[in-house]
Amino acid sequence: MRHQSLHRLTEPIIDQNPITRQILGICSALAVTTSMATALTMSVALTVVLTSSSIIISMIRGHLPSSIRLVMQITIIASLVIVVDQLLKAYLFELSQRLSIFVGLIVTNCVVLGRAEGFAMHHPPWQSFMDGLGNGLGYSLILLMVAAIRELAGTGELFGYVIFRTTEAGGAFVPFELMLLAPSAFFIIGGLIWLIRSIRPRQVDPVEFPLCPHSSGGNS
Amino acid sequence: MIDLFLRSVLEENLALSFFLGICTFLAVSKRVSTAMGLGIALIAVQVITVPANHLIFRVFLIEGAWRWAGLPEVDLTFLKLICFIGVIAATVQILEMALNRFLPGLHRTLGIFLPLITVNCAILGGSLFTVERDYNFAESVVYALGSGTGWALAIVAFAAIRERLRYADIPQGVRGLGIAFIVTGLMSMGFSAFVGMGSP
Amino acid sequence: MADLNPISYWEKLLALPNDSRRKTIFVAVVVSLVCAGLVSFTSVVLRPLHEKNLQQERERQMAEMIAALPGLATVLTDAGATRLEVRVVELATGVVAADMDPADYDYEARQTDPTSTDIIPEADDVAGISRRPRLAPVYLVRDGTNLVLVVLPIYGRGYQSTIRAYLALEGDVSTIAALSIYQQGETPGLGSRISNADWLNNWRNLPAFGAEGEVQVEVVTGGAAQPFEVDALSGATRSSAGVSNMVRFWLGPSGFGPFLDHIRAGAQ
Repeated sequence: MRHQSLHRLTEPIIDQNPITRQILGICSALAVTTSMATALTMSVALTVVLTSSSIIISMIRGHLPSSIRLVMQITIIASLVIVVDQLLKAYLFELSQRLSIFVGLIVTNCVVLGRAEGFAMHHPPWQSFMDGLGNGLGYSLILLMVAAIRELAGTGELFGYVIFRTTEAGGAFVPFELMLLAPSAFFIIGGLIWLIRSIRPRQVDPVEFPLCPHSSGGNS
Repeated sequence: MIDLFLRSVLEENLALSFFLGICTFLAVSKRVSTAMGLGIALIAVQVITVPANHLIFRVFLIEGAWRWAGLPEVDLTFLKLICFIGVIAATVQILEMALNRFLPGLHRTLGIFLPLITVNCAILGGSLFTVERDYNFAESVVYALGSGTGWALAIVAFAAIRERLRYADIPQGVRGLGIAFIVTGLMSMGFSAFVGMGSP
Repeated sequence: MADLNPISYWEKLLALPNDSRRKTIFVAVVVSLVCAGLVSFTSVVLRPLHEKNLQQERERQMAEMIAALPGLATVLTDAGATRLEVRVVELATGVVAADMDPADYDYEARQTDPTSTDIIPEADDVAGISRRPRLAPVYLVRDGTNLVLVVLPIYGRGYQSTIRAYLALEGDVSTIAALSIYQQGETPGLGSRISNADWLNNWRNLPAFGAEGEVQVEVVTGGAAQPFEVDALSGATRSSAGVSNMVRFWLGPSGFGPFLDHIRAGAQ
């Protein structure tokens, strides 16, 4: 039982990562990764919402009628998000300003609803807690890696601390400004997927139309 | 109005400029026919929910809305998220039932995609933007139509590219999802060329 | 017996089959009530903290902006002033509203209130705010009887959020002393850079008005050539334009224009 719970916690970090494998939670992941501070806040906020919603939904799963199931789940998730948003506005005001509409978008963040519908509805609370935590950690890992690359290459800073002094500030580092634009997040995630699948060949998609052996290029 | 429509289709494309609804965008774009079905369903939901949410926000939630009841201080804007989601979930549910009753063929074709729209960030994002930018009712209708069309356009184009990619000899690690991300990034760079097009 | 009734009633309801109508309504009501209660409770309890935060942020920005202007810090200490003079003015005429107590006037709340605002005709609505309050606060800093600084609270539509700022004009009511943005929700890392001190510094000492009294300051792309132009931020064209439109609107005839004319004419 304990082994299984631990497995629930560690599996979503790489093997079943919500972003690189389950294709969940990407929307809010892209815009908040321009700096590590916002990425970290988003990660923590999402993990908190994910674990608490998983626990709550798992606790009442026995009594949710199927016709209003989705609406009830969304109501619970939305309430949790509003509470987190209010807490942020009260205690971490500056950070909450930067996150603006994206904290609100945690509600339709596919990770939260996806795990609620796909896991919490069919498993007991402790398992759901571990699953929620695991997915939150997996999501945070990707977010922080992307943010680290984007912030470092785009501004030469990490968490606001100058690592490479830019030419504007008198240093030698010319910032890679594409990193500040959203498409770069896509490229970086594509690269991360490539990296992960090189380490874990199990995740590779099979070829749909393999080249015939007689073609001039040959296949490897 | 036309300016607003064109802007929301091209310049402020929900999928490629704001990256809303990307999960579904990446997951459901393997074939053009299914992408088209999802796109049309999304436009329908958007056109119903954005104006509805706009009205609800103005009539019930903003400060001063309850003045007629003698409660001018009441400000319910913090309930906006829950209200919008509720409206969207209800709309999708009703649309599904209506299609099932009146257009069963279409309902069968759309299949699983209709419920999937409930959690599409683009729908909620559309409503939130309408509130943020303070559109009036007519503008919200045009914006709904434009933003829905923009998202549908993006996913259909993306599906078309992915269909072609199935025949390409792509390196192992980046096959499938990896190349999908990279192509989306490139498409979004392409769409960013439209920025500034509509402004005076 | 009476004690057990509610509890056993509750248990009976829970024991109903999930898809029965009664159970559905029961679950829907209970979950909605609990969620609504939790959300409302949090909002109400935390609201004073929010407002304090907003207020603090505004004051901090104001103080920062004033402290950064050369010579002004000394003026404030010499005058013994720790606050600015606040006045509520009627925007259309530019006259101070004599019967309004500035402390009671919640400017931000009035901005969306249909009974305190007028609709701006589309051609004039440069800042994209559609409605304009009839009354607005202004802040005056004096050195003795001389007017040293006029601070105007302005707001306008950015790329994806409302931008709020303070625009400080020097005593000649024509040169911009500073621009300080204290609230915005633009794209993190891109549009949000409009709040960076580096960019805001570009607004200092700009001649906001031309020879005929028309508003000439603006944000341009591709490099600022004239002394009244500011170069837009790369990757944040729309946000920069939002700031430009906001400044131009509030300096113009639909904004604080009449009030500024009034001051120049020697009133106050």
